[in-house]
Amino acid sequence: MTFLPLIGAALILCVVGLRASGLVPKAMADQIHRVIALAASSAVLVLAFVLWRGFDPDNPGVQFVQHARWITAYNIEYFVGVDGISITLIMLTALISFIATIASMPWWPGNAHLDEHHFTQRGVAGYMAMLLILQTGMMGVFVALDMFLFYVFWEVMLLPMYFLIGIWGGSRKEYAAIKFFLYTLAGSVLMLLAIIGLYFNGPQEVVDGRLVHSFNILKMAQWGRAGGYLAAPLVLGFTFVRAAWIALFIGFAIKIPMFPFHTWLPDAHVEAPTPISVILAGILLKMGIYGILRVNFAILPQATKWAAPAMATFGAINIVYAAFVCLAQKDLKRMIAYSSVSHMGFCLLGMSAFTQQGIDGAVLNLWTHGLISPMLFLIAGVIYDRAHHRNIEGFGGLAQQVPEYAGLMGLAFFASLGLPGLCGFVSEFTVFLGSLVRWQTLTILSAVSVIVTAAYYLWAIQRMMLGKLNPQYSTLPDVNWRERLTLYPLGALIIVFGFYPQAIFTLIEGSLRNLLLPLQ
Amino acid sequence: MNNIHSLRFFWPESVLTVAVLAMLVQDLLVRRSPRRVGLLTIGALFWLALTALATWRTPWGNFPIFGGLLVHDPLRIFFAWLFLAAALLTVVIVPRSKEISSARLGEFFALLFALLLGMYLMASAADLLLIYLSIETVSLVSYVLTGFQRGRRRANEAALKYVIYGGVASGIMLYGISILYGLFGTTRVAGEGGIGAQLADVTSRLFLAHAFGGQPAAQLALVVAVVFLLAGVGYKIAAVPFHMWSPDVYEGAPTPFTAFLSVGPKAAGFAVAIRFFFAAFERQLPGGGYAQVGDLPWPAIIGIISAISMTLGNLTAIVQSNVKRLLAYSSIAHAGYLLMGLAAASTAGVQSILIYLIIYVLMNVGAFLVVIAVSRETGGEDIKDFRGLGTRAPIAALALVIFLFSLTGIPPFAGFIGKYLIFAAVVQRGGFWNVLLAVIGVLNSAISLFYYARLIKAMYLEEAIDQRPFRVPAVYTGVLVALAVPNSFLIFYWTPLVRWAAAAFGGSPSS
Repeated sequence: MTFLPLIGAALILCVVGLRASGLVPKAMADQIHRVIALAASSAVLVLAFVLWRGFDPDNPGVQFVQHARWITAYNIEYFVGVDGISITLIMLTALISFIATIASMPWWPGNAHLDEHHFTQRGVAGYMAMLLILQTGMMGVFVALDMFLFYVFWEVMLLPMYFLIGIWGGSRKEYAAIKFFLYTLAGSVLMLLAIIGLYFNGPQEVVDGRLVHSFNILKMAQWGRAGGYLAAPLVLGFTFVRAAWIALFIGFAIKIPMFPFHTWLPDAHVEAPTPISVILAGILLKMGIYGILRVNFAILPQATKWAAPAMATFGAINIVYAAFVCLAQKDLKRMIAYSSVSHMGFCLLGMSAFTQQGIDGAVLNLWTHGLISPMLFLIAGVIYDRAHHRNIEGFGGLAQQVPEYAGLMGLAFFASLGLPGLCGFVSEFTVFLGSLVRWQTLTILSAVSVIVTAAYYLWAIQRMMLGKLNPQYSTLPDVNWRERLTLYPLGALIIVFGFYPQAIFTLIEGSLRNLLLPLQ
Repeated sequence: MNNIHSLRFFWPESVLTVAVLAMLVQDLLVRRSPRRVGLLTIGALFWLALTALATWRTPWGNFPIFGGLLVHDPLRIFFAWLFLAAALLTVVIVPRSKEISSARLGEFFALLFALLLGMYLMASAADLLLIYLSIETVSLVSYVLTGFQRGRRRANEAALKYVIYGGVASGIMLYGISILYGLFGTTRVAGEGGIGAQLADVTSRLFLAHAFGGQPAAQLALVVAVVFLLAGVGYKIAAVPFHMWSPDVYEGAPTPFTAFLSVGPKAAGFAVAIRFFFAAFERQLPGGGYAQVGDLPWPAIIGIISAISMTLGNLTAIVQSNVKRLLAYSSIAHAGYLLMGLAAASTAGVQSILIYLIIYVLMNVGAFLVVIAVSRETGGEDIKDFRGLGTRAPIAALALVIFLFSLTGIPPFAGFIGKYLIFAAVVQRGGFWNVLLAVIGVLNSAISLFYYARLIKAMYLEEAIDQRPFRVPAVYTGVLVALAVPNSFLIFYWTPLVRWAAAAFGGSPSS
């Protein structure tokens, strides 16, 4: 499943070859590329669904394991499998990638706003190939159970992202792309060192008669739980577990992104084309939290305990600070981007409480934010495609002109601000419930900032949708079918999980309980 | 082993010596022929093949030859293959380059073979004098090749700078050698009575200290001598502070030769460094590992040079606008990364250097080849000449992206394997300074992304000034693909690299 998109990318290359040899006209080749991408990502969605049906939620361990030797000299393995945490995120990845692929399709034929410079019209082959490679990288991160493999997939994501933002992005695309790339790379190289450290101080096993270390995440976790890493020598004056924890955490925190490493995100989000913003917010941000759970929590529980107050504090800063920043934004996409920063803070806060509700809420928040924020970005994309700007102040009274769009926007905004009955509420509430027992002050502060969240969303709605219609937009068309195809499924899921979050809780509870054992 | 018996293990060098002369003669013979380029290329390929055959047929072993002047061991053979690969690439590239005129192609090949001979000797020299002589051989030929385009002012300037810096470096090195001779009374590095053996022997160490008026004085003399000797080696590998020549020379020399210079002599410099330090200051343990003899802090010296080289190389590369200069600074930075492996002073460290060098040949020659292809067409070597390459020459552009990401060390490209192994070797060694070195190393590879990405940005993100597509010679396209494929797919299976490196040094892969 992981490599299915890659096959798609290879197919696209074949078509590029055909196109180069002049056998296929450009317009037709573009259509073929689009169909290939769509087929590959829908196949992945179907496979993810099959995987989910076959997943046994009562088994907290890893399932669907595949194991193969890769580089025997260093005991690097191709080792993949899923547990409760990864299956949720795989579902999310498959879904959001599929929706992003739909959103990458050009406007419906006959639309008067068809624009030659629109990102869906330029370099289709490259775009679709990059999208598919990106998808492979994301899937790979969530299934990898070998540390080396994990790192490779982690980095594989960077390159397509760089090009997707840099080539198909907005006006400051070059700046945004390199900023994103440099930030993430700086974080991940530190992570690489920590991984090497974990390897050399980790458990050993006999392979082919030689005693070698292991990159196996599960064995490392076992070893870490038993306190194996505590005996490792000091690193730069820190105990090994703390130094490794910090290095890994910085790598992941940049991806979340956690204050003060968050400055790449608004730029990247604003400049990226809509589907890429959708993937960035919907999936890439989740990797930071996933990595912290999979690596920091599982392998270095002692250091995690030590660092919990810092994590909670940074989480609260994320929530409160980003919410206030949102209030000041004039660009709709920028506001949504900062709201993502704010919402990812909930995950940090919830995780660091080490209570079942807290950590459940954090992972549920990954899922709910993974549904809500793509919808928000799609909403922003719709208006940008039509008006060619995203200045909140520049609209007004749109609700009369585009009622369907206004309704969808209202749904997404309310979900994000945590209206009960929609899924955002459930995860925030669970996080607060879990973290209150441990971090009273921080939780209360964060909970109060929900008011700020409500304020900026409502204010944005007021400025854009209500009041007198800006005469400039008296001919604005409402959402078209492509956009309906992307927005309605997300909207429906937001409502479904608002009422039935249990579907996710059942999946993740077992694995998370296991993760929490050494931490309580 | 005596001289006559040693000749059996000296076949590759003998063939190369003949090849130098043969190329000159052939040059005279085909002077007036209309097909001289083809004939000369075939001649060069023939002699390369013959050298490869001689290298292949040389029996394995690990013993001194020519009375200890040279060592015949797997490490030497490993480097021989590396040099051959670099030379093969150069021979294939040169005929279609516009920088080497076809009238002087024979001359170029003859000099290239002379250079190759010097590098072969560098890789097996186990005596200070022969180390010096072989380095000088390589240097002298390099000066000539740098100034090969006599009419160009830049080339002349580069060659002159190269000569001056080279003269200073070799003078300092010779001074270091004389101090070492004064200390030990021998120029042999390895073997019976050599520097390594004397240092391992407590009595002779005491005697040494006594003769120099106490342990600290002897120690200081040794440190000074080694640092001086490093001037010569550091000059070859372009490590700070012996790097000043490289940007000018890289820019001024004909690009095909720059490509060779950036991989061949650099690798040869590492061969000398590895052999010298491990023979003189390390003792092989029964298990295959190494332990230090004497108390010379050579890993620390190397570590400092390494950290400065990486940082300075990368930071300076950021502001370059000429691609050849940019690659020159990048190669200084890479000397730094490679030295990290040496600073680890372990079997794993040396093996990581060897693996990195293989990959380095693949990616660096590839990057230079794209520069050649572009400057062939546009006449320029600036970043702005690469604008819009993504649409003008898609294959070359894509290949360059692969090489650059590989140089940055981002998976899934091959450069990552090398970087990973080097970092792993340093981290495995442990300790405050090694970890600090590793941290500096990884941060540097993040910095390096910035300037490599400038090129990528120019190729894909910026509009071309001149939109016309241009033609890359078929040979170049072939070589580019042949280099890009291992760069992209080596990550799936790189056990052979590990095996070769292990066979060359240490015997078994260490993890």
